[in-house]
Amino acid sequence: MVGVATATLVKNSRSTRSTIALKLLMAVTGLVFIGYVLAHMYGNLKAFAGHDSFNEYAEHLRTLGEPLLPYSGLLWVIRVVLLVSLALHVYAAVTLWRRAQTARGGTKYVVKKNKHSSFSSHLMRWGGVTLLLFIVWHLLNFTVGKVNVTGGATNDPFNLMVDSFSVWWLTLIYLVAMFMLGTHLHHGVWSAGQTLGFTNSARQRLVWKRAGLVVAVVVAGGFSLVPLGVLTGVISK
Amino acid sequence: MKLTLKIWRQAGPQAEGGIRTYDVDEISEDMSFLEMLDVLNEQLINDDEEPIVFDHDCREGICGSCDLMINGEAHGPEVTTTCQLHMRSFRDGETITVEPWRAAAFPIIKDLMVDRSAFDRIIARGGFVSVNTGAAPDAHATPVPKENADRAFDVATCIGCGACVAACPNGSASLFLGAKITHLGELPQGQAERDTRVASMVAQHDHEGFGGCTNIGECTSACPKGIPLDVISQLNKDLRTAIRHGH
Ligand code: HEM
Ligand code: SF4
Ligand code: FES
Repeated sequence: MVGVATATLVKNSRSTRSTIALKLLMAVTGLVFIGYVLAHMYGNLKAFAGHDSFNEYAEHLRTLGEPLLPYSGLLWVIRVVLLVSLALHVYAAVTLWRRAQTARGGTKYVVKKNKHSSFSSHLMRWGGVTLLLFIVWHLLNFTVGKVNVTGGATNDPFNLMVDSFSVWWLTLIYLVAMFMLGTHLHHGVWSAGQTLGFTNSARQRLVWKRAGLVVAVVVAGGFSLVPLGVLTGVISK
Repeated sequence: MKLTLKIWRQAGPQAEGGIRTYDVDEISEDMSFLEMLDVLNEQLINDDEEPIVFDHDCREGICGSCDLMINGEAHGPEVTTTCQLHMRSFRDGETITVEPWRAAAFPIIKDLMVDRSAFDRIIARGGFVSVNTGAAPDAHATPVPKENADRAFDVATCIGCGACVAACPNGSASLFLGAKITHLGELPQGQAERDTRVASMVAQHDHEGFGGCTNIGECTSACPKGIPLDVISQLNKDLRTAIRHGH
């Protein structure tokens, strides 16, 4: 018989060092993102209420929690939580991605059919990379860098937004990113439920899969309404 | 039936392998897939060629040995094992590609045969209950609620074939692992070692080089026993609980 030279039994089992622990990390940070994008999307929809409402909302975010917290205090707490979550989420994703490639073995199947898995589930990794790139660009555009490619003012959130979405390729980047976000959430919500151990029956599985679809459509659709609003002239300066 | 077979040949674990093409004729559609391979092997022996090595044992769908990737599907197009797959599932004149399970944790021994002893080592790390031997206790000494008994029984049908790993893009054995964890976790006898079992079996799974699960579900659609995805949720839940208990 051909034995495997490395056939050994593990002595010390630390559950916190397992692949499942990494998945738990992804699921928890993923849920943080979901909470955030839902709130962010709701905020963006203020654009339909006009220039002043939108800017007041942006300002309101900065004064939230005052005087208990300093100006912009809560915003900074959120930023730190999000950045740490993103770092952990991407770290776990990359680690598991590389592990999966090794685990699959050196030789590919000549013929391989995928029978069950959804389009979204196969897009998670590259879709995630797209999201990461988008997040960097998005922060440069609206938060850190405040780039106004039309050359207009950058100190007025509403006007910066309308200016940006009046540029066709910025709108396109944004809509593609929202599609990626939608697919990531479509599989991600259900996957998080499964990873956290909430889907222990066929019924619960269906509920979480449906929830994934609903969250994906609401979030990606909600975010997309704003650039589409600018495109159609419903939102204007 | 007349068939063209494209089969992975590999002389040994370290040897370079490749697809070879063979023709077979007069195959009855009532034959099993393995019987069709038997016919081909007789043909090869008559031609003084080396027969194709493939794994099989019970030929009645219960041992899990007959691990073949057929046209890109584990065990072929039906939800069953290769030994229970009939040639009527194929068309006359069809070209069929046959490959071994591919996963780093299942190294090829020869041709289509892989070494699945990684599964045995996972079982050795907790896929059992520790009880003193002696007189067999009364069958109904330990009552089990029907719901739990049913779930345990359903997932205990896992035959350790490895189709789930073969079909998984991540090379994960989570469905197999989940089946074992759920099987014992549903029963009163399995409670004493519940935390250490999941911690040890998951650690061995990772140590063997299987990948992490991304819940895409290729495993369950490849499983000849229809083990459902919820066993992976159960596995995750049990591991989460074990972490909370300090394991
Ligand atoms: C920034 C780069 C990102 C990368 C590389 C990335 C990658 C991944 C990968 C590979 C998975 C696991 C997929 C699977 O289980 O099949 C995942 C899961 C998930 N992601 Fe992301 N993602 C990123 C950003 C985000 C963002 C921005 C959000 C939220 C809006 C998010 C939410 C989720 C959720 C909820 C899950 C499910 C957790 C689980 O599988 O248990 N991700 N991500
Ligand atoms: S879970 Fe199904 S596919 Fe996986 S080893 Fe068990 S019987 Fe085979
Ligand atoms: S040979 Fe035993 S299951 Fe197929």
